[in-house]
Amino acid sequence: MPDLSIRNLHATIDGAEILRGIDLDVDRGSVHAIMGPNGSGKSTLAHVLMGHPAYEVTEGSITFRGTDVLELEPDERSRLGIFLAFQYPSAIPGVTVANFLRMAVNAHRRGPDGEENPIRIPEFRKLLQENMEMLKIDRSMTSRYLNDGFSGGEKKRAEILQMAVLRPRLAIMDETDSGLDIDALRIVSEGVNHLSGPDMGVLVITHYARLLHYIKPDVIHVLVDGRIARTGGPELADELERDGYAAFGVDEEAVPVG
Amino acid sequence: MAKTELTPEEAQATALGEYKFGFHDDMVPFFRTQRGLNEEIVREISAYKSEPEWMMEFRVKAYRHFVERELPKWGGDLGRIDFDNIYYYLKPVEEQARSWDDLPDGMRETWDKLGIPEAEKKYLAGVGAQYESEVVYHNLQKELADQGVLFADTDTGLREHEDIFRELFGTVIPYNDNKFAALNSAVWSGGSFIYVPPGVKVELPLQAYFRINAENMGQFERTLIVVDRDAYVHYVEGCTAPIYSTDSLHSAVVEIIVREGGRCRYTTIQNWSTNVYNLVTKRAVAEKNATMEWVDGNLGSQLTMKYPAVLLKGEGAHGEVLSIAFAGAGQHQDAGGKITHMAPNTSSVITSKSISKDGGRSSYRGLLQVNDGAVGSRSKVVCDALILDDESRTDTYPYIDIKENAVDIGHEATVSKIGDEQLFYLMSRGLSEAEASAMVVSGFIEPITKELPLEYAVEMNRLIQLQMEGSVG
Repeated sequence: MPDLSIRNLHATIDGAEILRGIDLDVDRGSVHAIMGPNGSGKSTLAHVLMGHPAYEVTEGSITFRGTDVLELEPDERSRLGIFLAFQYPSAIPGVTVANFLRMAVNAHRRGPDGEENPIRIPEFRKLLQENMEMLKIDRSMTSRYLNDGFSGGEKKRAEILQMAVLRPRLAIMDETDSGLDIDALRIVSEGVNHLSGPDMGVLVITHYARLLHYIKPDVIHVLVDGRIARTGGPELADELERDGYAAFGVDEEAVPVG
Repeated sequence: MAKTELTPEEAQATALGEYKFGFHDDMVPFFRTQRGLNEEIVREISAYKSEPEWMMEFRVKAYRHFVERELPKWGGDLGRIDFDNIYYYLKPVEEQARSWDDLPDGMRETWDKLGIPEAEKKYLAGVGAQYESEVVYHNLQKELADQGVLFADTDTGLREHEDIFRELFGTVIPYNDNKFAALNSAVWSGGSFIYVPPGVKVELPLQAYFRINAENMGQFERTLIVVDRDAYVHYVEGCTAPIYSTDSLHSAVVEIIVREGGRCRYTTIQNWSTNVYNLVTKRAVAEKNATMEWVDGNLGSQLTMKYPAVLLKGEGAHGEVLSIAFAGAGQHQDAGGKITHMAPNTSSVITSKSISKDGGRSSYRGLLQVNDGAVGSRSKVVCDALILDDESRTDTYPYIDIKENAVDIGHEATVSKIGDEQLFYLMSRGLSEAEASAMVVSGFIEPITKELPLEYAVEMNRLIQLQMEGSVG
């Protein structure tokens, strides 16, 4: 049975239908990419999977590890193993990265009846340090306020750091490549590749094929107008890189312009 | 704007789930005056305390002013206070104790639940504990007493150091300053008297804890602090009360004098139950190069009106007010600060952070005044408000009165609503909605909690956490 199973998913925001019947299966530990032009519903799909309250699911189902996810709050989905690396993560002034991460780790360690099992401080420090080294993040970041005054690259790295610390079963990456220079893109991708494997599947959401040179998907889906228009292997990325989204009736490139 | 106005009873029912200090001790008081107030009772209190004649006269004069003076027409709704239904003086036990073990069991249990004896052992230089009208326990580390530091309840202070009281009592806040200062001046009892001799730095905080236990109680403590030249003290006060369906009144007066080069920090963590009216006058005079800092946390009460003030009287004096207000269901926090620049090259900072939730209302009310001749004065006022839902309300009333040109004044105000995106982001990392909101709030007040000693910062965050629980979901 696939880890993630989406059936006939329809979702609206402010009454406008964005997702119009999506079917998607992601097996445990596999890497899928969702590509598509602007406005095709990519980010909506990411937010709906995580349970953003502004979106309403009007039809269809999402199950993850056999559980009906639509019944769950975002925090419950997180504790079930879904992680979303945000395109635009929120700043939380006054809350340090270290404090926030410790709270998040402890929320994940809580037992089924809510009993606390907080991580010991030395263990937490070690966990943080190892992952920061892997992502080449400067140590000073832990005492900065979460995403407050972070550069675009720092925000993306901080997202991957959270992913590394929380070890989700499925990581959804929403346009993680946007706003990254090549060096940062390489570091972030290496981090993701290091973490992905039999225990962590990845759903990469991107407009541009560039990222897929670094994070190699097993399966690529092209999302157009709220539906999956085509599904194929890694070769589909090359095709899109060459021809853009013209074959799908959209006049948009799949490589960054300029 | 508030959509629904909760009655105090409803507010208490709501608060009951969150407020952890609402228990009470069924004790029989040693002595108490009859309900309500008249000149007779004022004289009775003074006589009962065997005070000098001048203090009785001061009380009577203040009482007459209280009767004549109208209620303020601004701030919160004071019309519901039933002055005739309140006990103005209640002495719980015959003697003040030097050891917690000498207190009656119920009272001792209360202090244990509040964690005061424990805190005294760990990180305090001295403690005073007031129950109703009297300080029932008082202690100061011997080393400090040996250095000439005086720390006593105010009644003892008056008895033992009448000269200081004759000179300074009522000089920073005159009896006719406002209606509630007049009331306090008439019926005051308890509070802290502190004197720190020149050059003495009291490294650990001195703490007073104020507990109202009885129903319809009026607590009117009076505090006088004198920090002499180049001396330092940090005084901390905390307060709680049981939850009753009828109102209690807390109306304190705090006068502080900081002499040349001295520094005083006064921290309040006010956590009264939501049947308490908290109407307090606090003012400090800072002489040449002296520093006065008010750290004022208002979490409890039904209505608080409190604007700690600093008169920057000497050249180079510095004043600071850091204010946190949290208004939950049925609460109105009308808080802020007042600074008066009276001398050249004085400086001041007012930082106010308020949080409104579940229909609560918080108001920042501040006065910044620069007198003619206070050249080179600098001031910065920052007030930020955070609103957690659509039912809650915040207002800002900044009054600025500048009579001198050569000054540097800055004022910033922001109002923000807790963002759905922030909550979603934090929840997507596994935090519950309540935890996520509490995290945003603790980050919001961090500029103030980081100024507190660790134990109080932890306490403040814990109290905010409690306020945040129970309302969500």
